[in-house]
Amino acid sequence: MQVNQEFKPTIVAFCCNWCSYAGADLSGTNRLQYPANVKIIRIPCSCRLNPMFILRAFQRGADGVILCGCHPGDCHYTTGNYYARRRMTLLFSMLDFLGIERERTRVEWVSAAEGAKFAATMNEFVETVTKLGENKRLEDLRCKS
Amino acid sequence: MKKCPVSQLDALFASVAARQKLYIPAGEAKTAAFQPWQEGMKLTDALNTVRSAKDLFFPQVENLVNFKVTGKQIEIIENRDPSEPFVVFGVRACDCRSFDILDKVFLCDPVDTYYKTRRENGVIMTLACTEPEETCFCTAFGIDPTDPAGDVSCWMDGENLYLRANTEKGETLLSELPMLSDGDAPAADKTVFDRLPLKNLPLDKFGGEHMMELFKYEKWAGLAESCLGCGACTFVCPTCQCYDIREFNTGDEIKRFRCWDSCMYSDFTLMSAGQPRPTQLERFRQRFMHKLVYYPSTHDGEFGCVGCGRCLQKCPISMNIVKVAKTLGEETT
Amino acid sequence: MQELIKAKAVELLENGVCDRVLGWKAGEFFYDVTPAVFRSREEIEKDFVFGPFCGANMSKYLIAESRKEGKIAAFLKPCDTYSFQQLQKEHRIRRENVYAVGVQCEGMCDIDAMKAAGIKGILGADGDGGTLTVHTLYGDKSVERKTVLAERCKCCKSKKLLGCDEIIGGQGEELESNRFAQVEKLEAMTPDERFAFWRGELSRCIRCNACRNVCPACSCEKCVFDNPASGVENKAAANSFEENLFHVIRAFHVAGRCTDCGECSRVCPQHIPLHLLNRKFIKDINELYGDYQAGADMDTRPPLVNFQTDDPEPSVVHERGSEQ
Repeated sequence: MQVNQEFKPTIVAFCCNWCSYAGADLSGTNRLQYPANVKIIRIPCSCRLNPMFILRAFQRGADGVILCGCHPGDCHYTTGNYYARRRMTLLFSMLDFLGIERERTRVEWVSAAEGAKFAATMNEFVETVTKLGENKRLEDLRCKS
Repeated sequence: MKKCPVSQLDALFASVAARQKLYIPAGEAKTAAFQPWQEGMKLTDALNTVRSAKDLFFPQVENLVNFKVTGKQIEIIENRDPSEPFVVFGVRACDCRSFDILDKVFLCDPVDTYYKTRRENGVIMTLACTEPEETCFCTAFGIDPTDPAGDVSCWMDGENLYLRANTEKGETLLSELPMLSDGDAPAADKTVFDRLPLKNLPLDKFGGEHMMELFKYEKWAGLAESCLGCGACTFVCPTCQCYDIREFNTGDEIKRFRCWDSCMYSDFTLMSAGQPRPTQLERFRQRFMHKLVYYPSTHDGEFGCVGCGRCLQKCPISMNIVKVAKTLGEETT
Repeated sequence: MQELIKAKAVELLENGVCDRVLGWKAGEFFYDVTPAVFRSREEIEKDFVFGPFCGANMSKYLIAESRKEGKIAAFLKPCDTYSFQQLQKEHRIRRENVYAVGVQCEGMCDIDAMKAAGIKGILGADGDGGTLTVHTLYGDKSVERKTVLAERCKCCKSKKLLGCDEIIGGQGEELESNRFAQVEKLEAMTPDERFAFWRGELSRCIRCNACRNVCPACSCEKCVFDNPASGVENKAAANSFEENLFHVIRAFHVAGRCTDCGECSRVCPQHIPLHLLNRKFIKDINELYGDYQAGADMDTRPPLVNFQTDDPEPSVVHERGSEQ
């Protein structure tokens, strides 16, 4: 292990196939910069995100988890993101209730045309999580050796 | 026999803890547990801990070994949790007897080295009971709660703690404690134990002789019907010893560990052909047949239960070994 | 009360309304009653009891019992009836196979609370209404029921009996309860304090699954935590992460369906206040999406399978938090 290295958080970004994943693609084709430590996982719709995925991302070493989906009203499946919105609100509130830093989780709506927003969101989220430091409260030590 | 004033208990604990790790039963009555002793820690008011002293010798989860795969090579990495000498104080007679039962399982061939190491490292200081709960029935299994076994037996009255070493390990421990003086414990008052409501558990029918008859007994269905299939009884039990070996993939290596298992669970001893005990009825029967019939039939009639009463207190629906033993013991011939 | 219920049970059996009765069976002591199915007058007369320790929620048993042949009569307390309706809504109980008799409840007692109140050598307890007669080795004592109630009954939300075929002991009303007080207390803490609180509680978990198996809302045929193919199957919580994972996911899975019957906390051998997790979800749902009581009716959509286009954004959690 290197010492004295600047802390680079691992960020998992769950992106819906129809808007946000295309948005991430656009930010790439436009050569917009966002940190390489953001790992994108494509999901069919934001409502596919099982709360378990978020917790397991933390278990496997994520320091922050962000969900990106179509703007409310624009879901490819009409209503998926409305359900996701309720679920994530409640889940984040529960994590906060358990004393887990609420800034580690976020939802952002990113359309296929918002390449710039995607990059800006990621830059800002990475910065926030970097300030928070390593995920300690939802870590699984077995995965850290 | 040695004695030590109760007022000097903290000094006694400090002196033991200075040499090796010391666990005492501490905490609120509802959540009492064996905890590493720290300055100022008091003994719990509860008669017994929620989980038994078994945990210190056979923990709920323990690492066995790690594997690392690189190309076609498998590297085997020793990953045993370190075990150091320790003393556990305040073990009741029932929990102490449970080690006889566990030893017969883990220390027979092939020896379980993980358990054996902890047994060798651990010194058990028992504490005699004076105020049993109504759920206590250790006397039904021939245990004398006023004269517990262990490496060191202890008695406590309002003024003094009396200690008697029973083994070499116990002698060594006591010889290292400067605050002890000579003194004999007053005779124990056993009358309260004669009034215990469950002391006359009918156990004559159990053991190997009536195995098939008991197995096929039609009342199992009625007994098992409200069982929720949780593992509360098995996990608070001092004699339950079933475990499962599992593996956890960290993404980098494989960690093989073992954890307690419960015969009440639907995936207990699951095989490729399916579940040998398909419904809760068979799982429920397995637990009680094991304690009352299978274990004694292979261990000279010794029962696999010590009457600590934890399952009576903790079962969500209050079905327990006493109700089973009474139903089966009284009515079969 | 007990005599009324026993007479009703016998009557229902003998009139052929049902062929079996779900009730409570006497145990070794007066407080360790077991839910049981009775099939004859003799069984009922011998062992059927109803008293201040009949806390188990009977609706869970109706999932399996209502799928058997014949009709079962069940005695349900007000909180059981909320679960009963919720389970019907989820198509888990076959209503036509159940004859539901609502039983009014004065609140169930906790044997530990009785002992903590300094009553020794307890041999029995009975009495309806506000005062209990406790029989002890040292004579009878009268005790105010409200001082020895189970935690969940101290803040009872409703004494309304829902969707029953018949009622014994009179219909009750929804009550003004302060059941969210403890949740509010935790919300007012700092994240560090909350984290320390929950670590202290959840670290005692022994993964016996009693909370899950007793929960009427946990009615999956195969739980994800029992499924080797799920990748999260764990028989023991190996570390703090797995303790959090199990309880967060379980609470989340019953969110919007949990009727707040409090069984999870009643059965926990380690006395972990698990109901607070469920109540946190209920409180959030009430505040963010409008008041909702699971099981209170048969037709509204549960909040997690419903939405409004103007629901608050998840960032509300951050904003709300910063005010505290």
